[in-house]
Amino acid sequence: MNQAQLTKTMWWLTLLLFVWLIGGCSDSGWNNPYPRSDLARNILYSSFSERPKHLDPVRSYSANEYEFIAQIYEPLFQYHFLKRPYELVPLSAERVPVARFYDTKGNPLPEQADSGEIAISEYEISIKQGMLYQPHPALARDNSGNYRYHQLGQQQIDSSNTLADFPLTGTREVTAEDFIYQIKRLAFPKLSSPIAGIMADYIIGFKQFGEQLDALYERMQQQGTNNKYIDLRPYAIEGVQLLDRYRFRIRLKGKYPQFVYWLAMPFFAPMPWEAEAFYAQPGLEKRNISLNWYPLGSGPFMLEENNPNLRMVLSANPNFHGETYPAEGEPGDREQGLLEDAGKRLPLIERAFFSLETESIPYWSKFLQGYYDTSGIASDSFDQAVQFSAQGELSLTDSMVEKGIRLNTAVTSSVFYLGFNMLDPVVGGAAESARLLRLAISIAMDYEEYISIFNNGRGVAAQGPIPPGIFGSRSGVEGVNRYVYELQGEKIQRKGIEQARELLKQAGYPEGRDLKTGKALILYYDTTSSGPDGKARLNWMRKQFAKLGIQLVIRASDYNRFQEKMRDGTGQIFMWGWNADYPDPENFLFLLYGPNGKVEHGGENAANYSNAEFDKLFVQMKNMDNSAQRQLIIDRMVEIVRREAPWAWGFFPQAFSLSHAWYGNVKPNLMANNTLKYKSLDAGLREQKRAQWNPPVVWPLLLLVAVLIVSAVPAVRLYRRRERSAAR
Amino acid sequence: MMAYIIRRVFYAIPILIGVNILTFLLFFVVNSPDDMARMNLGMKRVTPEAIEHWKQERGYHLPLLYNASAPGADKLTETIFFQKSVKLFRFDFGSSDSGRDIGYDISQRMWPSLAIAIPVLLVGLLVNISYALLIAFFRATYIDFWSVVLCVVMMSISGLFYIIGGQYLVSKLLHLVPISGYDTGFNSIKFLILPAIIGVIGGIGSGTRWYRTLFLEEINKDYVRTARAKGLSETRVLFRHVLKNALIPILTGVVVVLPLLFMGSLITESFFGIPGLGSYTIDAINSQDFAIVRSMVFLGSVLYILGLLLTDISYTLVDPRVRLS
Amino acid sequence: MISHLVILLTDALIFLLLLLSIVFGIYASRRAHLRRPWGLVVRSRVGVGSMVVLAFYLVVGLLDSIHFHPLSQPADGAAEQTRSTEVISLFDSMVSGLRTRQEKTYSAPLATHLYAKESIELADGSTIRDFPRLQHAGVHLPDPAQKTADILKLSAIGILKGIAVSVVAVNTLIMLLAVKARSNFGEQARRVLLATGSEIPWRVVLVVLSSMLVLIFWSAELAANYHLLGTDKVGEDVFYQALKSIRTGLVIGTLTTLVMLPAAVMLGIMAGYFRGWVDDLIQYIYTTLNSIPGVLLIAAAILMLQIYMSNHAEEFNSLVERADLRLLFLCIILGVTSWTGLCRLLRGESMKLREVDYVQAATAFGVSHLQIIGRHILPNVLHIVLIAVVLDFSGLVLAEAVLSYVNIGVDPTMNSWGNMINSARLEMAREPIVWWSLAAAMIFMFTLVLSANLFSDVVRDAFDPRLRSSR
Repeated sequence: MNQAQLTKTMWWLTLLLFVWLIGGCSDSGWNNPYPRSDLARNILYSSFSERPKHLDPVRSYSANEYEFIAQIYEPLFQYHFLKRPYELVPLSAERVPVARFYDTKGNPLPEQADSGEIAISEYEISIKQGMLYQPHPALARDNSGNYRYHQLGQQQIDSSNTLADFPLTGTREVTAEDFIYQIKRLAFPKLSSPIAGIMADYIIGFKQFGEQLDALYERMQQQGTNNKYIDLRPYAIEGVQLLDRYRFRIRLKGKYPQFVYWLAMPFFAPMPWEAEAFYAQPGLEKRNISLNWYPLGSGPFMLEENNPNLRMVLSANPNFHGETYPAEGEPGDREQGLLEDAGKRLPLIERAFFSLETESIPYWSKFLQGYYDTSGIASDSFDQAVQFSAQGELSLTDSMVEKGIRLNTAVTSSVFYLGFNMLDPVVGGAAESARLLRLAISIAMDYEEYISIFNNGRGVAAQGPIPPGIFGSRSGVEGVNRYVYELQGEKIQRKGIEQARELLKQAGYPEGRDLKTGKALILYYDTTSSGPDGKARLNWMRKQFAKLGIQLVIRASDYNRFQEKMRDGTGQIFMWGWNADYPDPENFLFLLYGPNGKVEHGGENAANYSNAEFDKLFVQMKNMDNSAQRQLIIDRMVEIVRREAPWAWGFFPQAFSLSHAWYGNVKPNLMANNTLKYKSLDAGLREQKRAQWNPPVVWPLLLLVAVLIVSAVPAVRLYRRRERSAAR
Repeated sequence: MMAYIIRRVFYAIPILIGVNILTFLLFFVVNSPDDMARMNLGMKRVTPEAIEHWKQERGYHLPLLYNASAPGADKLTETIFFQKSVKLFRFDFGSSDSGRDIGYDISQRMWPSLAIAIPVLLVGLLVNISYALLIAFFRATYIDFWSVVLCVVMMSISGLFYIIGGQYLVSKLLHLVPISGYDTGFNSIKFLILPAIIGVIGGIGSGTRWYRTLFLEEINKDYVRTARAKGLSETRVLFRHVLKNALIPILTGVVVVLPLLFMGSLITESFFGIPGLGSYTIDAINSQDFAIVRSMVFLGSVLYILGLLLTDISYTLVDPRVRLS
Repeated sequence: MISHLVILLTDALIFLLLLLSIVFGIYASRRAHLRRPWGLVVRSRVGVGSMVVLAFYLVVGLLDSIHFHPLSQPADGAAEQTRSTEVISLFDSMVSGLRTRQEKTYSAPLATHLYAKESIELADGSTIRDFPRLQHAGVHLPDPAQKTADILKLSAIGILKGIAVSVVAVNTLIMLLAVKARSNFGEQARRVLLATGSEIPWRVVLVVLSSMLVLIFWSAELAANYHLLGTDKVGEDVFYQALKSIRTGLVIGTLTTLVMLPAAVMLGIMAGYFRGWVDDLIQYIYTTLNSIPGVLLIAAAILMLQIYMSNHAEEFNSLVERADLRLLFLCIILGVTSWTGLCRLLRGESMKLREVDYVQAATAFGVSHLQIIGRHILPNVLHIVLIAVVLDFSGLVLAEAVLSYVNIGVDPTMNSWGNMINSARLEMAREPIVWWSLAAAMIFMFTLVLSANLFSDVVRDAFDPRLRSSR
């Protein structure tokens, strides 16, 4: 390369840069991450942070997966979008069924029958007629009615990479048999449904069905058949009975009122047998073409693009049976404009675009730039978005209000708690000294401060195991945990640290020193915390224990190890959370139910707490309908655990979300997952705002070029001088 | 030539076997399949039966090295070692612990990695070599001194700072490019500009210094002095002789990294949300998806060995004096 | 105050390293071929300048490597003093103010108020949202508005103190030099300050030393009354964190090469000296290790360590020990991934040395292999080892930051620049932006890496005859 060529190249590069600059100048959305052609369309933009692992409704059991499949699959019921407290309404069912009860001899019992007498409860479900599945290759048939893609040749399989490589699609009506088919899939051990265990306890014949199929599957494997597919239709679960094309019946052991809540989860969505027959063809799974990645549902949306490495795109299902926006809601909903779309056909948007966004900073920045329509608030961006008014109420900061951003808050139906392992010789057990130690720690753990530092106030310090908004929790002065809090006039306040020290002294550890051994008390805290925030969190934890003079040793490990410790009961103090499956106190209190102990029974009672009275009351309370009597029992149970303090109660996180002005029908609904269909958009306003918020700033670039040119000047001068002297 | 290449390929086999055994030890002796199952089945209501099923589904239920219960030759093949490690030699990566086919994902995620690595490599070469030539031209002047200082300063700044700072400045304050993300085809350009520029800038310090040393070494050789004594102008000396002769180490230096470009850059990709192999690896590490990490380790080793092979071959092509032995 | 000394593994290794360096220094000063290059190093202005800066880092790092259990305050007056279970370092007790003065959450550098608004209860019982005063910064000010004047005043005091100390230091030094050179004080002062007649650029040493001293006294003065670099999310002083991170950086930079050194030297020399199957085997080992992507190997190894530590939790008495073991392990695994380069260099060099006349002669006389290696080969490859150690240092310090970003670096409870940058990622998204953690980590790291880079350049130029002749 000689000098002339170099100069020429430089010229070309400069020219290219200019073309790019000018080309970009023609329109302001330089930083728009989406294709230009989609600018004015009715597309919702959102994100997902973790690649979904299972999109099969039998397997899927996590919020990030429900974000997709709850829009695609339609279970029998759903939670009403607007009404509070949460109310079940029919979705693919005609109505929410009332259970009928029978005793051991099969005689019908009245509705108010004592739960001890009830041997069988029966739900008869009739589904809507005329519902169709989304267009899907598994349902495509040729003229003679045979399935097009059920006998694929090896060549055809090898040449296909996505579902879109099977261009022909078909549909058919949803029948009651499809619901039953799905229940059989839940029972089929090969699919390892996370709820198979709990359903086996209730649905009659569920367990036997699983065993039968397992044996069958083993036989098939031993015979060496390569085909892993078993058509489940010929086999039957005793307690699940088809009545006619649109009706079926489920029979449960005993009384289990919470069962209807399970029926509102995608576990109980209809599944056509054709889907399994299609996906089971050998070779498809290897190309990621499986029910786990390409759902087949009857809901308002279908998965149009499935690229978990980049984005997931949902588009409206043309065959959707049609549902309309609810016409009534809570008082106040009308004023907030939540009923403006009443009676409109759902879904209100044509497509939803979910981009993979693993880092929170880009996510938040893109939201502010208008490229996401809604956002949860990351703790660190919170100051920018929200301020507390003089009365301590939340409101948006001026800069957010100016942008037309709105704030929605709700206390979630989940709890984070600091648990004590009751099997531990120091902090656990029924001994009075351990109880006092636990109480002292409960007082010292200043969760109000924790919430304000790490959650930016997005949470409520817990007074007991049941979060507000769930039946059984009491608000205000009535609900105060007197062991940890005290009343100062009207105000509820955490007890002072002196009282905690006093308790510690009574427990035999004055100033954190063990009287028996004379050594300082060392406690162990097990955690998985390791992210950017982890260090600060752990430091904070240590500070809390240091207030009592106790040294806290932190044992950080990965989640696997943590769980293993919990299972082995080798942990001592740990922080864990629980997210409710359904809005019922049973779903929280069972976390402290003895026979649910983690070490002994592998249940969810990670504290391994066990108290005979509590357990007795739990059994009594479990299957009751919500009533004053139930409330009384719950009060008694809460009092027991407050006194014994197997948890330092922790906090209930509050969900805050922000949404832009163009994004409509936002109302936090913690139970419903299928709310995408209600959302509305004003794409014109969005386009306008985006242009306004994202003016490209070019001058620093030009300045940079200028600086480079100027800095070249001495070099050029020196070069001239050299060449002259060389020539001389 | 052909025989040499074949011999080198055979030489690579024991190395790959070594890598394989090492990764097997790390991943299966250390982390039991039970842990993996629990990790992947999620946190709620995990029963021992579900774990057993999960393991069975992915072939982790087999014994590690020797299956006493299997008939005949299956005693050795029906083991985790054979199923999970030996198959790697066929580039049969199997499915990830989360259930997706790894080979398919790798073939998809390779392109974004290349789309960012190749421009960084080419532009970086161009910038670093031109700058180093410039410094060599002005050697022993204040331009040389300050340029070297600048290089050392740039080397001393953590690469993280370039990324964090660049993203903050260009995307957040100036609104010039999208903050993160990726798209297919030509739409991807706007996502790639910034990470590519940052990649180039981050490499200027060490790159330029390295090339400068190469050039200076050449400049001090006798033939250059002769050329200069002949009365050739300094520019001609630099381009005709110095650059041409320094091309050999430059070229071989490039060739050795070529195959590794496929692996992508861990930090840049995860920061800018580019779905390449680098972010694939990071995600796998964070979610402890050992099947993916194992495959990437193997792939990385294969590519590294390929790089060594290519370097040897390119040596002989560029410099006939080097004979293959 | 010092009662029970706690010797952590890395502490022991650091002091072992220190001992080795001193021994090596004495050894080198007796050998001409090693002394001469060092002479070149100390004659270079850049060399001595960066050495002074590195020395300051080293002092902080060493002070931070002497750990003990402090005596806790007597519980109720009469009781005897008990040993606290906490482990702190000598450095911690020297700057205990910085360590203990925690705020609630973020505050900007030199601020008097928190960075976030909070509900404050007023005397009359009503609450307002405002920035609360800090508990430990600027508390001596009756009115926060006087802050600027106070800072200026403190700065002036600090700088004056610094100047005073550096004048004393300069005079002492000149005096010592005068005694050594057997000249009078004035004469020596002129030589040093005008940089004449001395081969060692004392003037540079003094300038760098004085400015460092002034900087230290200035920051000490301010840090005593304010948070010089602000506080982090839980209100810890960022300046303190950055200072504590020095030890982590130094440990990673030096111990990594130390732990890999025996293997690399032994195998490298063996491969080059014995050739044949030994060479093949060693080459095979390092090519295999080299071909595994480093980050992945580190990730796998760190996960392994975590499993080990949670299975053997009872072996670790305190957090510090846990973190320390992880740090050491990180050094080892970093060493495993990086020793191959040195090994290859040594192999090539000893292959050359093997053919040298006097080695051939020794072989002919039947001197044992061990003796030949010890007598002739090892001393002649030492300079390569030295260059490698110095060159690797800055790269390793930078690598720590990247690894911590991926969560496979040092323990999250350990102070390190990588951890600081890692948490700063989230802070960058805050608005108003929290920049000081990132800035502090960057500045401290940059200074160390820059001086290390400059120093290593000088060392390499001095020791590598090939490069030296080409200048």
